Amino acid sequence: MPLLSIPSDWLFGLLGGLIIGLSAAVLLLGNARILGASGILGSVIDGSEPDAATERLWFLGALIGVPAIAVLIFGAPQTNVSGDLPLLALAGVLVGLGTRLANGCTSGHGVCGMSRFSWRSIVSTLVYLAAGFVVMFVARHIFGVL
Amino acid sequence: MRNIVSAISGGLFGLGLLISGMTDTAKVQGWLDLFGQWDPTLAFVLGGAILPMLLAWRVAARRKVSATGEAFPALPGPLIDGRLLTGSVLFGAGWALAGFCPGPAIASLTWGGLGGLVFVIAMVGGMVLSTVVGKRRLAAA
Repeated sequence: MPLLSIPSDWLFGLLGGLIIGLSAAVLLLGNARILGASGILGSVIDGSEPDAATERLWFLGALIGVPAIAVLIFGAPQTNVSGDLPLLALAGVLVGLGTRLANGCTSGHGVCGMSRFSWRSIVSTLVYLAAGFVVMFVARHIFGVL
Repeated sequence: MRNIVSAISGGLFGLGLLISGMTDTAKVQGWLDLFGQWDPTLAFVLGGAILPMLLAWRVAARRKVSATGEAFPALPGPLIDGRLLTGSVLFGAGWALAGFCPGPAIASLTWGGLGGLVFVIAMVGGMVLSTVVGKRRLAAA
C-alpha cells in the first residue's frame, strides 16, 4: 500500500532500520559494546571473551525471545527460506566462518563500524556487498538457481 | 545492570530486524540481485540504522565512559589484511546463497522452520571452524 507513492516496504525498512540503530546505540552508550551479531554469538561459542559471556547470553535470549513474542501476537512474516538444506548448510558455514575471520557482519561492520567511519568496516562492507552481488548474479542469472 | 541493557538492546534489535524485512530471505536476495529485479529496501534499513549510531558515536566522543562506567571501544587501526578481505568475501557469498546474515537468522529461529535452523547450526559450525583456521595461521606464522 503506497503512502505518498513511497512503497510501504521502504518505510518499514526505514522504521526497522531506525530501531536497529537505536538498539546499537543503547548497547554502545549503555555498556560500551559494539552491536555485532556475529561477534556476540561467536564469542559465546568460542569462549574468547568470558567476562562478557553472561550479558551476551541475555542479548541473544532477547534477540530470539522478543521477536518470538511479536510473532505470536501479530503472526509470522514470510522468511522464504530455501528448501535446499545442503545449500543452506553451505551458506551457514560460509557466513559463520567469514564473519569471524572478518571480525564482523552487517551489524558490526555495516552499521556500527561505518557510522564511526572505520576504514576496516567500510572496506569489509564494500567487499561483502560486492561478493554478494557477484554470487547472486552468477547463481541466479547464469546457473538459474536461487 | 549490564545484563538488562544487553537484553533491551537485543530485544530492540530483534524487533527492528523483524519490522525492516531483514528476516525475509527473498527480500535480502532481491537487494543483492543488482542485475535483476533489484529491491532497494535494504538501503533504507542500513541508512535508517546508521542515523542513530552517527549520533551515538558523537555522544560517546564527548563522554569518557558509558552509563555502566566502561571506556568506549577504541577505533581499530586502518589495517586491511587478507583475513578481513577473505572473511568478507566468504560472508558475502553465504549471505547471497541463503539470504540470511547472522542477526536475522538468529532473530527468526522460532519461525524460520527447519531451513532456518539448519542455517544457524551450520553458521555456528563455521564460527567454530574459524578458531581452527585462525590457529593454523598463527602456527604457520
